[in-house]
Amino acid sequence: MSSPNITFGKPPLPLPAIPAWRRWTKRVLGHHGLTLGAIILLVIAIAALLAPWIAPHDPYEQDVTRRMIPPVWYAKGSWEFILGTDKLGRDYLSRLLYGARVSLIIGFMVTLISGVIGTTLGVLAGYFGGRVDAVVSYILTVRLAMPVVLVALAMASLVGGSLNVVILLLGLLLWDRFAIVTRSATQQLRDAEFIAAAKSLGASTPYIVIRELLPNLLSALLVVATLEMAHAILLESTLSFLGLGVQPPTPSWGLMVAEGKAYMFFQAWVILIPGIVLATLVLGINLLGDGLRDLTAPDGRN
Amino acid sequence: MLTYIFRRLLVALAVMMTVAVVSFMLLHLSGDLATAIAGPESSAADVEKIRIQYGLDRPITTQFFEWLWAALHLDFGRSFYFPNTVVELIGERLPITLKLGGISLLLAVLVAIPLGVAAALYRDSWVDRVALGIAVVGQAMPSFWFALTLILIFSVQLKWLPVAGNVSWQHFVLPAIALGYYAMPSLMRLTRAGMLDVLGSDYIRTARAKGLSRKRVVFKHALRNAIIPVVALAAVELGFMLGGSVVIESVYSMQGLGQLAWDSISRNDYPVVQAVVLIIAVFYIGLTFVADVLNAALDPRMRTR
Repeated sequence: MSSPNITFGKPPLPLPAIPAWRRWTKRVLGHHGLTLGAIILLVIAIAALLAPWIAPHDPYEQDVTRRMIPPVWYAKGSWEFILGTDKLGRDYLSRLLYGARVSLIIGFMVTLISGVIGTTLGVLAGYFGGRVDAVVSYILTVRLAMPVVLVALAMASLVGGSLNVVILLLGLLLWDRFAIVTRSATQQLRDAEFIAAAKSLGASTPYIVIRELLPNLLSALLVVATLEMAHAILLESTLSFLGLGVQPPTPSWGLMVAEGKAYMFFQAWVILIPGIVLATLVLGINLLGDGLRDLTAPDGRN
Repeated sequence: MLTYIFRRLLVALAVMMTVAVVSFMLLHLSGDLATAIAGPESSAADVEKIRIQYGLDRPITTQFFEWLWAALHLDFGRSFYFPNTVVELIGERLPITLKLGGISLLLAVLVAIPLGVAAALYRDSWVDRVALGIAVVGQAMPSFWFALTLILIFSVQLKWLPVAGNVSWQHFVLPAIALGYYAMPSLMRLTRAGMLDVLGSDYIRTARAKGLSRKRVVFKHALRNAIIPVVALAAVELGFMLGGSVVIESVYSMQGLGQLAWDSISRNDYPVVQAVVLIIAVFYIGLTFVADVLNAALDPRMRTR
């Protein structure tokens, strides 16, 4: 902003100049939920990334002589296995760290696949309207009527559960919210002046959609993406818990709960620890998503 | 209004047919059913025998139309595993799941509405924050893990309630809490948002200005209007819960529809799996239909969509 400073008489009092990024950081940091969510996600992401270096043991190494050692805060616990060992003597902390990788990979990949599908459908429906919209809305209604868990379970059992199968299945099933949100956002933007301007300048439809429309959907997409990521992580853990998701010996938090189920009556920590970690991750992502929604909504700016 | 209902009913029927096609195709295209039924150790000749025995050697369109024609007459064929017909099996299990879903929804609504109203009346106070906290935590916990934790607390530690089964009413308490907690957050948030919306409107101010008591305004005027979308959402949530019952029923070993679906999936009993997917979808479609009609009856703007 370098407008010529023409002053008449006394110069006006200088307004405190707050750069735009400072206002942004202030708004972001002022939102406790958002900050907390971001910190939780960041800590878990770093732990997952550094798992090979910070894990105290090999997560696959079995040793039946040291099975079901309780965590360090129990009388029988030891500092060698801070969170104890499972029924096969594998270090629980190391499995948790590697399990974070599985959850995050699934969260990201599923969100990516479902995001591409849902956004494509939503933008098509919203931009072209009419018959296209009717077809997309119909597909969406059909998709919503299918029970996700049941369909995913049935298909995983036929194809055979694995990390890639879970990613593909959930990616193909969880695009509904992306489609709903981008459809209505596109409908609102379709008749905006800047779109009309681009049209009158002779811009092609793909150009308008990619260069004019999509950038304006980004904030909405980001919010849906976080919530969908949390959804995908929860569903993966459910599938793995029921035995049709990620297969052993891969460490997955849902699978850890399933494996600990037989022992939970005597040693509750076997299911409590992975469950609490899982809930914390999902909580963090949800807080981040809710915070982003508050920040990007016009009436949330205060 | 009648044309809206009629049009909406046609769409619902079309969606049902499409779901039937899609679920049939998904199961038939994701793998070779004959191999799956025969098991990994069987010979090629055995697989062929099973293929012919179950009629899986015919063209897939023939199989589909035969299945659909029978399904329209409420005949879903025979189970591959049990001697019973699929309809008998489902008839036996459905009441348990409906009972579980009904109690869960009742619990969710009984908690969500008072909490949502309180959160809206005392906006930004501690009540509001606690309500929000309960909702956020509820959305973050995996339902299977919450169900197991409830067993640990109420069955193992306090010994108040049975661990698993579906014999007496006590067996339904924990599963209903676990399933209901899953539906509660969205209902609570919608109640709160609806109440805030209504409380800020002109007619509430008029009612207050007329000298009506706060209690009367909140419960007679505001809640009545705010609650309609909540009831509609509750119908949809019930549909979701029937789908989610797979998880909860397997944790509590309840012999409901979800458990039947789960067992049938692991036994490759496809006639049952297909029928359960279709029945849950039909329930969901029916409930959303009711919700849409309810919304449209109260808000004429919805009818043009």
